[in-house]
Amino acid sequence: MVEKAAKKTKTPRVAMPEQDPQIRARNFLEVPTGYTMKMAQEEASRCLQCRKPSCVAGCPVGVDIPGFIDLIAQGDMTGAIRNLWGKNALPAVCGRVCPQESQCEGLCIVGRKGEPVAVGNLERFCADYERENGTGELPPRGPLTGKKVAVVGAGPSGLTVAGDLIVKGHDVTIYEAFHKPGGVLVYGIPEFRLPKAIVAQEVNFLERQGVKVECNAVVGRTVSIDELFEQDYDAVYVGVGAGLPRFMNIPGENYVGILSANEYLTRANLMKAYKYPDVDTPIPIGKNVVVLGAGNVAMDSARTAMRLGAESVKIVYRRSREEMPARNAEIHHAEEEGIELFLLTNPTKYIGNEKGRLTGMECLRMELGEPDDSGRRRPVAIEGSEFEVDCDLCIVAVGSGANPLLTSETPDMELNRWGNVVTNEATGKTTKKGVWAGGDIVTGAATVILAMGAGREAADSIHDYLELGW
Amino acid sequence: MFKIVKREEMSEGTVILNEIEAPLIAQKALPGQFVILKANEDGERIPLTMADTDPEKGTVTIIYMVVGKSTALFKELQVGDSFQDVIGPLGKATHLEKVGKVICVGGGTGVAVLHPITRGLKDAGNDVTCIIGARNKDLLIIEEQMKAASHDLRVCTDDGSYGHHGFVTEVMKEILDEGDTKLVVAIGPVPMMKAVSNITKEYDVETLVSLNPIMVDGTGMCGGCRVTIGGETKFACVDGPEFDGHKVDYDELMLRLNAYREEEQKSHDHYCTIRDAK
Ligand SMILES: Cc1cc2nc3c(=O)[nH]c(=O)nc-3n(C[C@H](O)[C@H](O)[C@H](O)COP(=O)(O)OP(=O)(O)OC[C@H]3O[C@@H](n4cnc5c(N)ncnc54)[C@H](O)[C@@H]3O)c2cc1C
Ligand SMILES: Cc1cc2nc3c(=O)[nH]c(=O)nc-3n(C[C@H](O)[C@H](O)[C@H](O)COP(=O)(O)OP(=O)(O)OC[C@H]3O[C@@H](n4cnc5c(N)ncnc54)[C@H](O)[C@@H]3O)c2cc1C
Ligand code: SF4
Ligand code: FES
Repeated sequence: MVEKAAKKTKTPRVAMPEQDPQIRARNFLEVPTGYTMKMAQEEASRCLQCRKPSCVAGCPVGVDIPGFIDLIAQGDMTGAIRNLWGKNALPAVCGRVCPQESQCEGLCIVGRKGEPVAVGNLERFCADYERENGTGELPPRGPLTGKKVAVVGAGPSGLTVAGDLIVKGHDVTIYEAFHKPGGVLVYGIPEFRLPKAIVAQEVNFLERQGVKVECNAVVGRTVSIDELFEQDYDAVYVGVGAGLPRFMNIPGENYVGILSANEYLTRANLMKAYKYPDVDTPIPIGKNVVVLGAGNVAMDSARTAMRLGAESVKIVYRRSREEMPARNAEIHHAEEEGIELFLLTNPTKYIGNEKGRLTGMECLRMELGEPDDSGRRRPVAIEGSEFEVDCDLCIVAVGSGANPLLTSETPDMELNRWGNVVTNEATGKTTKKGVWAGGDIVTGAATVILAMGAGREAADSIHDYLELGW
Repeated sequence: MFKIVKREEMSEGTVILNEIEAPLIAQKALPGQFVILKANEDGERIPLTMADTDPEKGTVTIIYMVVGKSTALFKELQVGDSFQDVIGPLGKATHLEKVGKVICVGGGTGVAVLHPITRGLKDAGNDVTCIIGARNKDLLIIEEQMKAASHDLRVCTDDGSYGHHGFVTEVMKEILDEGDTKLVVAIGPVPMMKAVSNITKEYDVETLVSLNPIMVDGTGMCGGCRVTIGGETKFACVDGPEFDGHKVDYDELMLRLNAYREEEQKSHDHYCTIRDAK
């Protein structure tokens, strides 16, 4: 056994084939193209089937990782997907976008000496296999309860709640402000990382189970939460995400050519502006593009700009590479595609011409000083180091906060000082009776899997409430 | 789907009125609020103010000028056709209260936007004079409705083909000179709102304008609609669309409205080529 384990540790991980960087940097097709059955089984056989699997401890929703991997190794794909669904309603999404390197894979035993088992790739393979070859059979639905639940927001968190509660026999309607369901999965994360057809199919799966999806319903405007209760809803889940773009608040920010990442990515993804003029929504095409920020959102913006034909794309970030919040894989992909990193660089003002259009940006060089409250070394400006960067398009990806549209219309639901909804951590209950909340609107911008985990906990609590009371 | 139940062409076919089935929105909408419409799957999200609503019938009325590709596409839709998406009501409603003597100034399709506000101000017990303008008589819209919505209607045309020969600002000045005006509401092309605000500032009369920057979501989520009000950045879709006319940076708004001009021209040409080929 020990010998066998040592061998597995040394076997390299089966790499997932990817489009060539030169080619993919100019198209919107998905970058990694997926495992074949043979590759998946080979990778699955690297798993040691640990009795106390540390990977599972790293998974925010506790997926039975060795379990589903073993089923792949045996070739039981139906069993594998059922196993995954037990804990994770959106494996096709999570397999692609979860930060596995800091979750399951980060803790995998095999990874101590060699490369960890490719849990994410295997998860993706399972879900893709089911989508392409599966029976499409629906999970069994519990006896109808006659209880009505409204889910506000069709992001990963709301979709999870809807999926869990429909199976338990409740009547579920999702209210979504945009004209398409999916949340960040459709408006934020680009096609080349998460094909929109996959998200659409996940939503369709819920609809086939009986979930009703009302798009174009801005809760707080079209209808209020109290009005939902008047319409005989028994419980409401609020999963409206973190939809308020932050800007830099430096001079010149309203020049034409400066967009929030939310706007830029919504145009590109939700409105499909990369197909302009075959679709009607335009998107500014930058020649020299600067992206401010260094998280996943910044990487997605930069890689989109490159695909739209930019000559140069620079990521400007005031700290060093170590502190970049984006996933390593995304930074690596971006660099491969020719995106430059301008680290330890802080923009101080935008420069524009007489037509009010952006032409450049003034920046300061920084150096790392003493650690700050967050334990990261604080960037300090180097005096007199001002320099100019030419750019005609700047995408501001420095984070997003809580959008007050719904919460300001719901005064009896308590918020914290940043405007996020206050909930009971274990149940997701808000201070308003019959209302739960979860995902980015509670935690601030976080991850898909955390939003889904919060959704699952809330769904359990809502179910208890509907059966037993508040 | 949101069905068109009534359609009219005005202003020599450059301005179109659509009455659309949207019961949820019709029940909630207040004067000053807008909707976002999308014609079909590949369509653009276009903000338009509700010129009227009928909660009982469950309809909202929009009046829009055909200026580019999306509005040209809207123009093709006939009674019985549908918009794929209509979202609303969006934006803050106009604060309607009794202040006394009020002047409502409208230009172009801004007159349509002004209609429910004018009526609301009259219903709130104000003495409302309305001034509307157009380049010539044939381009004038909803004159009858505006007459009914106000106590006194004055019409101006740039070429003198009807009513006062000249700009709305000239007539407004005459009324301001009579004194007592408590509030001016101005809605129309940006240069008109700017001119009105410059004048009312001299008279120190509170002025409301309705801004129409480029929008995407209309829910405060993208920041594309940002405008500068008294030196501060605001999102017109949620903080507005109405603002204190004396504080608006109109020059910036005009520059930002032209952000996509080249792309839009291309798109419109592309659309016309395809349409004409059919
Ligand atoms: C560009 C980008 C890239 C990202 N990349 C990753 C990644 O690689 N991995 C990862 O794990 N996470 C990533 N994230 C973060 C992740 O997407 C979010 O944490 C997650 O989507 C949050 O889910 P949610 O359901 O809480 O909210 P959202 O996904 O934001 O969904 C909220 C939904 O509610 C709707 N809504 C808002 N207000 C209302 C209202 N008043 N009425 C009705 N509906 C409303 C919105 O339109 C939206 O559809 C990324 C985020 C962005 C923006
Ligand atoms: C809150 C709000 C309410 C509005 N209400 C009305 C209304 O009731 N009736 C009406 O006719 N219009 C209204 N508008 C303006 C309307 O949205 C635009 O005319 C429309 O988006 C143009 O789309 P298009 O594709 O046809 O033209 P485009 O191809 O987008 O533009 C054609 C030309 O119009 C200019 N333009 C683009 N966007 C706007 C804009 N938002 N405002 C003014 N000019 C613009 C462009 O610079 C270009 O020169 C409103 C706008 C807002 C933000
Ligand atoms: S820790 Fe690694 S080897 Fe162990 S069960 Fe999890 S994936 Fe398999
Ligand atoms: S239109 Fe997006 S924030 Fe106003």
